[in-house]
Amino acid sequence: MPFHHLTLPNGLQVLGETNPGALSVAVGFFVRTGARDERDNESGVSHFLEHMAFKGTERRDAIQVNRDFDRIGADNNAFTSEELTVYHASVLPEYLPQVFDILADILRPALREDDFLTEKNVIKDEIARYEVRPEWLVYDISRRRYFGEHPLGRSILGTRESIDALTREQMLDYFRRRYAASNIIVSVAGNFDWNELVALTERHCGDWNGLHVPPRQLSESPCRAGLELISRERFNQEYVMMWAPGPAANSPCRFAAAVLDSIIGDYTGSRLYWELVDPGLVESADFSYLDAEGAGAYLVSFICSPEKTASNLEIVRRVLRQVQEHGVTDEELRTARTRLASREVRSHERTHRRMLSIGDDWIYLNQYRTLDDELAAIDSVDAKAIRELLERYPLRDFMTVALGPLAKF
Amino acid sequence: MVLPNVDVHIHQLENGLTLLVEQIPHVRSASFSISLQAGCAYEPANRRGLAGIVLDLMTRGAGPRDNRELNQALDALGVDRSETVGVMRLEFSASMLARDLPKALELYADIIRRPHLSERELEPVRNQALQDLESLADDPPGRLLVELRRCYFPEPISRDSRGDFEGVRSVTIDDVRNYWKQFLRPRDAIVSIAGNVDWPHLRDQVEELLGDWPPESIPPLNIEETPPRSRHIQEEVDQTQIGIAYPSVTMDHPEYYAARGAVGILSDGMSSRLFTNVREAYGLCYAIRATLGLFKDRGAVVCYTAGEPHNAQELLDRTLHEIRRLPEGVEEDELDRVKAGLKSALIMKLESTAARAAANSSDWYLLGRVRTLNEIQAAIDSLTPQAIVEHLRRYPPKNFTIVTLGPQPLKWSND
Repeated sequence: MPFHHLTLPNGLQVLGETNPGALSVAVGFFVRTGARDERDNESGVSHFLEHMAFKGTERRDAIQVNRDFDRIGADNNAFTSEELTVYHASVLPEYLPQVFDILADILRPALREDDFLTEKNVIKDEIARYEVRPEWLVYDISRRRYFGEHPLGRSILGTRESIDALTREQMLDYFRRRYAASNIIVSVAGNFDWNELVALTERHCGDWNGLHVPPRQLSESPCRAGLELISRERFNQEYVMMWAPGPAANSPCRFAAAVLDSIIGDYTGSRLYWELVDPGLVESADFSYLDAEGAGAYLVSFICSPEKTASNLEIVRRVLRQVQEHGVTDEELRTARTRLASREVRSHERTHRRMLSIGDDWIYLNQYRTLDDELAAIDSVDAKAIRELLERYPLRDFMTVALGPLAKF
Repeated sequence: MVLPNVDVHIHQLENGLTLLVEQIPHVRSASFSISLQAGCAYEPANRRGLAGIVLDLMTRGAGPRDNRELNQALDALGVDRSETVGVMRLEFSASMLARDLPKALELYADIIRRPHLSERELEPVRNQALQDLESLADDPPGRLLVELRRCYFPEPISRDSRGDFEGVRSVTIDDVRNYWKQFLRPRDAIVSIAGNVDWPHLRDQVEELLGDWPPESIPPLNIEETPPRSRHIQEEVDQTQIGIAYPSVTMDHPEYYAARGAVGILSDGMSSRLFTNVREAYGLCYAIRATLGLFKDRGAVVCYTAGEPHNAQELLDRTLHEIRRLPEGVEEDELDRVKAGLKSALIMKLESTAARAAANSSDWYLLGRVRTLNEIQAAIDSLTPQAIVEHLRRYPPKNFTIVTLGPQPLKWSND
């Protein structure tokens, strides 16, 4: 499929993969900013600003933004992570001009004071929503404990207090610092015309500020063993998360990590599945890895009855030790590669997912990667690649947080 | 909008099973859904949770393969799969590369027709089911919806598939085997496949795998019509949970699209009334939505929202206000937006073989036929504000069943 790339004079980058057979077109504006880029007194501002984008611009109020999206049947949303804020929409091909106009417009929000104050309540309810969902809460708490002072330890939502204290001026300042054209990538996939996209980008984004955004100070994930119990009597089950350093998003080890993730933690047939899920010792168990710019982490999680926590933890440690000491089998490798390849092909069929992959590859690798590139990379993961990964990032010294009714082990 | 040509092949087996196949030539994948006339409504009253246990046991060894071999065989094909226990249906769904579909179907024929249902596997499956119930207790939004269903619908369609502790604890291997024998039958079963597949070959394969599956009649379900009731669950939580249900129409009803349009006015998209007038204008909640829940013989609008306890009363009041004022009128412009969203979703679903397999299966179950894209599009196009308002006057949103969970009971009246 033809791929195109263009950088505007103000630094904005546009990526496009055209597929005339697609039934839709997907557009994403990727802003390289998130919780890790916040200062101490502006915790939660990235995510709050993402909400404010939908509250209106100079040309549209909040109602018009939402109506304009809905009028063209757009499937649109936005998300904020530790290091990215992405605004995205999928539409039928004929609505590309309209959807581009709205997305580009909300990337220059008006940040009106009264909207700002009303939206604080929505954000605080989103925080309350986390409080009642222990599986989300334990991720947030354990991530903060694990990363500590590392920028990836910052909270995405912020706290009720930090949101209350935040002013519109602080948000404006953050916006100017982070939403410069040079810090934004537009990724488009599906059925569209590249020249039309270029014209749209020049028209709607050509006058965006081209301020230089300094690169992030990068450091690897911390090594922090230990165990912490966070006692919350109101929960029935124990929610356990374990963290250890893993490869970063641009690491050459990332495909080996994806294969290892499937071998240890896939939802069926993995090591943790046979040791914990199949015998009914847990409600669920997972091994995955978090890959960010310059840092990554392995993440093990399980949910179980409080009284089984200690014995399950022993099982997890044994599984990790066995993999570290003896590696994985050829059959496991073959199965994991097949599963990942099958998922990659299926994901490629969805225009929206394709747009997200193209954006991510550009952000983290500065590369355009085709389906065949991905399949070849998955296929190349062998026992040696897994060994190298485990030497560089061993499955040892996990920091463990257990949230639930347990007061002690 | 020009709709792509979509052809669904239909083939009925003599034993009552229906095969639906949609060929999508531009993809490399295939998905299927096998939906059976069973579900938690068919469980004995003192064995709640049995259907889920049966389903789980079926995937733990079948045909010539034991638990581990069966799982490895599916994993080696790169099949992503799930099993769902519904109220009236049990469903196996799977997605894979199209070239692996025939092998996957062979494995599923074993799972359905020749499961080992081994006693050795019962305890692990039971433990898993008990853990699911424990986790549900930690999930206030999930519990609210379970309770709303229990209060609104009559027995046994009010049930939740996870069952209860007592039921799960008392299930024996004989219960499992009896349930499988009685309900896992081809009558009214639907095998729906979508993707880059070869129709005549697939028809022959399904005939070969499932054609001699003996039909046996499934006893009809006895539904005791009882009036819905509202309730409050007193609990110290950080976020008050609110669920509202009221009657609507079924999918085969002549006013189905008007009813769907009315729910769209309430809840489709971020310019819908609930999102705009409750969340955006007052910041009372993060999540708010209404959906049209459909059974074969009844439909209901189910609305969920949640907010901080000090806002909960106002949140409920404003939500009810929006629902109640629907029959007063619908604007052309807001309906146009709902229609655009429905049509766009219809086309974008074509990019997912799993979504197509599920949509065709659901149509066959609820309507006894598969709607064409053109039919759906024409029905959406022909919706007018007047048709929706007339529908709402015939079926006004009232007689609400309201379940709340939070630190204080909320006030409302059904007048």
